[in-house]
Amino acid sequence: MNTMSTEPDFGNDQAAPKLATAVVATEPGQEPIVKPPEPPMAKAAPLKQKVIIRDLDFYYGASHALKGVSLPIYANKVTAFIGPSGCGKSTLLRVLNRMYDLYPNQKAKGEVLLDDENILSPDQDLNLLRARVGMVFQKPTPFPMSIRDNIAFGVKLYHKLPKSELNDRVEAALKQAAIWTEVKDKLNTSGLSLSGGQQQRLCIARTVALQPEVILLDEPCSALDPISTAKVEETIDELKENYTIAIVTHNMQQAARVSEYTAFMYLGELIEFGVTAQIFTSPEKKQTQNYITGRFG
Amino acid sequence: MTICDSRRWRSKIYLGLCYFAVAMGLGVLALILTTLLYNGFRGVTPAVFTQMTPPPGSSGGLLNAIVGSLIMTFLGMAIGTPVGILAGTYMAEYGRHARLTVVVRFINDILLSAPSIVIGLFVYEVMVVKMGHFSAIAGAVSLAVIVIPVVVRTTEDMLRLVPDTLREAASALGLPRVIVIRRVAYRAARAGLLTGVLLAVARISGETAPLLFTSLNNQFYSTNLNKPMSSLPVVIFQFALSPYKEWQQLAWTGALLITFAVLALSISARALQSERQEK
Repeated sequence: MNTMSTEPDFGNDQAAPKLATAVVATEPGQEPIVKPPEPPMAKAAPLKQKVIIRDLDFYYGASHALKGVSLPIYANKVTAFIGPSGCGKSTLLRVLNRMYDLYPNQKAKGEVLLDDENILSPDQDLNLLRARVGMVFQKPTPFPMSIRDNIAFGVKLYHKLPKSELNDRVEAALKQAAIWTEVKDKLNTSGLSLSGGQQQRLCIARTVALQPEVILLDEPCSALDPISTAKVEETIDELKENYTIAIVTHNMQQAARVSEYTAFMYLGELIEFGVTAQIFTSPEKKQTQNYITGRFG
Repeated sequence: MTICDSRRWRSKIYLGLCYFAVAMGLGVLALILTTLLYNGFRGVTPAVFTQMTPPPGSSGGLLNAIVGSLIMTFLGMAIGTPVGILAGTYMAEYGRHARLTVVVRFINDILLSAPSIVIGLFVYEVMVVKMGHFSAIAGAVSLAVIVIPVVVRTTEDMLRLVPDTLREAASALGLPRVIVIRRVAYRAARAGLLTGVLLAVARISGETAPLLFTSLNNQFYSTNLNKPMSSLPVVIFQFALSPYKEWQQLAWTGALLITFAVLALSISARALQSERQEK
C-alpha cells in the first residue's frame, strides 16, 4: 500500500521541470519530454477518485495475472499504466469494464469501486457498465458499416434521438476525436476504407459518442504512425476535460506526454504509482527507475 | 551453381505439375459445359417453359418439372437455412466452449457426408409411409435435411473467422450479445454466410435420390404440396434412361437448365458481394 501516494504532491511543481530537463533531455535546446504537472491553481476543486481498485487479483485459469493491485484513478485526469509486456496492464484495464467476462476461466477477486459501487459484484449490469466505461483497443476495430453508422449504431441503442439530433451527436463525437474534417464529406462510406490512424480515431469517436464517464485506452497508438499518434494524443488531451482516462502504453514518452499519473507494473504487481513527473524524474523504487531509463523491460 | 540449377529445375517441374492440374480441372469443366451446350441447347424452345412433360412419343416441355424444382428447392431452403444458421450461430458464438458444440459438430460432419439416398430413405420412412403417399412437402423436407449440415458448417466457420477483437469492441460499447451477433458478427461474415447458403442451393438443386423416395414425379403441372411433384433431376433421371428420342432431348435440356441456373446464381451472388464490399 505504501507504493502509492494517494495525494499528489504539488510541492514538487517547481522542481519537476528542471529535473526533467536534467534527467531525460540530455541535449541542450531539446524540449523536456516530461511534462510538469499543472499548477495547483488550475484545480481548485479537490481531486475526486473516480475508480478505486482495492486488492485486485486476477486469474487466467490457473495463472495468477494480477496480484493484490490497489490504486485510485482520479476523475478528469489521465492515468498511464506502463511496464514490460505481460505485466498485467492490459489485464487491469479489461477488469475495469469487465471485458474478461466474455471468456470463461477468467476471474477477478477484490474490489473495483466505480463511484463507490463495486463493479465486480455479480449483479452488476454489464452492458450498463460498459456504456459508462468505454474502451478503445490496440488494433483499430471499425465495424463493417458506414462511418456514420459506426458511431450512430451504439448511440441509437441507448438513446432514442430524432434524426437531426443523432446527426449532431455523430458530428460532435467525430469532432471530439479530431477526425471530423477528414471524414465529413464521406460519412456514408465504409469505416473500413479509412487509414489505420483514422480508423483508430473513429473508434475513439464511437466510444465518446456514448458519453461514457471513463475511457480505457489499451495501447491505442501501437499500430499508428507518429503523425496519427500525435493526433490521437491531442484527442486524449482534449477528452480529459470531460472524461476520466486510463491508458496503457509501451511508449514511455507517450506516458510522460499525456498523463498526470503513472502506475508502473511488473509481473502482475503494482510497483509504483504517483504523479507522472515524479515517477519519471525521481521514482522511489529501483525497478521503476531501471525500467524508465531502459535498463530492462 | 549446381544447387541453383537443380532448384530451378525442381521449381519448373512443380510449376508444370501445377499447370497440369489446373488444366485438368478446367478442362473437365469445359468439357461438361460444352457437352451440355451442344446437346441441350438445340432443345431450348419456348415449349420447354410452357408445356408439361410429354407421354412417350410426343413432344412437350419441362414446365411442371421446372416449377416443381423451384417450389421444393425454395421450401427446402426455407426450412433448412434458419435451422442451419441458428445452429451454426450457437456453435460459434454462444456455445464456443461448450461440450455440446463438439458433439453437434461431430454429428453434423457425419450428416454432411451422409449419402443422399440414405436421407431419402429416412424421410420416406418418417413422412411418406406415415402419410400414406408421396408428396412435395416430403421432398422439401428431405432437401432441407441436406441443406442443414452444409449451412451449419459454413455458418460456424465463417463466424469463427470474425476476429474476437470486433466482438470485444462491440461489447465494450455496452451492446447486448444478441446485437453484437446480429449487427456486427453477421455483418462481418455476410459474404461467407451467403456463400454457404448458395452452396446449399447448388447442392440440392441437383439432388435426385432423396426426391425419388419422397416427391416421386408427376406427369402434370401441380403446385399442391400434398401431392407428388415433378422435379428436374428426377425427370432427367427418368428421361435419360428412356429409349425415346424426345425424352432424351428433354433430359439434356433439363441438365443444361439446372447447370446454368446454378452458375448464374453463383455469379450474381459474387457480383453482389464485391459490389457491397467496394462501398
